[in-house]
Amino acid sequence: MAGIQGIPHIAVDRCKGCGLCVSVCPQSVLAISDGAVNVKGYQPAIVAEPERCIGCTSCALICPDVVISVERIPVKKEVKS
Amino acid sequence: MSVVFSRTKGLTEAETHYCPGCTHGIAHRLVGEALEELDLLGNTIGCSAVGCSILSYNYINVDMIECLHGRAPAVATGIKRVRPDSIVFTYQGDGDLASIGTAEIVHAAHRGENITVVFVNNAIYGMTGGQMAPTTLAGQKVTTAPAGRNPVINGMPLKVSEMLAQIPGAAYVERVSLHSPKEIRKAKRAIKKGLTCQVEKRGFSLIEVLSTCPTGWGLSPVDAVAWLEANMVPYYPLGVLKAPEGGKNV
Ligand code: SF4
Ligand code: SF4
Ligand code: SF4
Repeated sequence: MAGIQGIPHIAVDRCKGCGLCVSVCPQSVLAISDGAVNVKGYQPAIVAEPERCIGCTSCALICPDVVISVERIPVKKEVKS
Repeated sequence: MSVVFSRTKGLTEAETHYCPGCTHGIAHRLVGEALEELDLLGNTIGCSAVGCSILSYNYINVDMIECLHGRAPAVATGIKRVRPDSIVFTYQGDGDLASIGTAEIVHAAHRGENITVVFVNNAIYGMTGGQMAPTTLAGQKVTTAPAGRNPVINGMPLKVSEMLAQIPGAAYVERVSLHSPKEIRKAKRAIKKGLTCQVEKRGFSLIEVLSTCPTGWGLSPVDAVAWLEANMVPYYPLGVLKAPEGGKNV
């Protein structure tokens, strides 16, 4: 079955860890890092479940710091029997 | 493989000084994207205001001028009159436009100046420490009204868009919000409409953008967007308040 795989890219050192992207992702792809901090000293957003992304761009639309870019690639998804 | 979202050329590469989760950054991006998509980046002059958005000239990728507190519509008027072929916009917060700048905005609309105003309303003075603004909601707690705004003493919050929409010189007035991806898409369409209104020389346009101030409100960024939707949207209803005559596409 053909489908779409989304790929969110996070420019980690621009992130302020606000969590808005995490809150709007319908697929629970994103999370806030629970340890690592970025160059600004914030705990940034991370791509926790990359294979779940559908490329909807909601995360990028709500990010106030334009940290996220999104790609879409067509994929063949195996139909599970 | 296709890139479906990337940084607009309408923004510089600078990182903003805004607090984490402050939706000013979204409004900036929408202005940048709208200007890029309308192919206006090379022909636009922006007027930044005083308040948290004072440094917007560092972020929006067009020539910009920093204006005295509240006076951006007057500065924009002067620029537009000497350069009528340039696109001229102001980017003003409520502490700038709705209080010290009331005279300038009312009379720019009254004269029907062919400029576009992006009015970011977050119901508070953010930069100076969370004081009450004319737009602060009834009961909203702020540093100068710790028990909440009391309409008996302070009046009810000023509805700037409704006030300006009834002025004959105002061609296009719409209120939008930044509390969800869906509303953010609508907000961008409205900013494009406002700029298009100016390109088509239809007169004064203003887009009021409901925005968060997590720091001033004392809320997390995620709670702040929820608060905006639950409290600001009912008092400041979204939608078109004035559309240009014969301008169905605007
Ligand atoms: S593009 Fe959509 S599904 Fe993918 S991470 Fe962003 S919000 Fe989640
Ligand atoms: S919305 Fe942007 S700044 Fe906020 S956590 Fe997500 S990527 Fe970082
Ligand atoms: S004080 Fe409020 S409006 Fe100003 S940058 Fe911080 S969150 Fe944004």
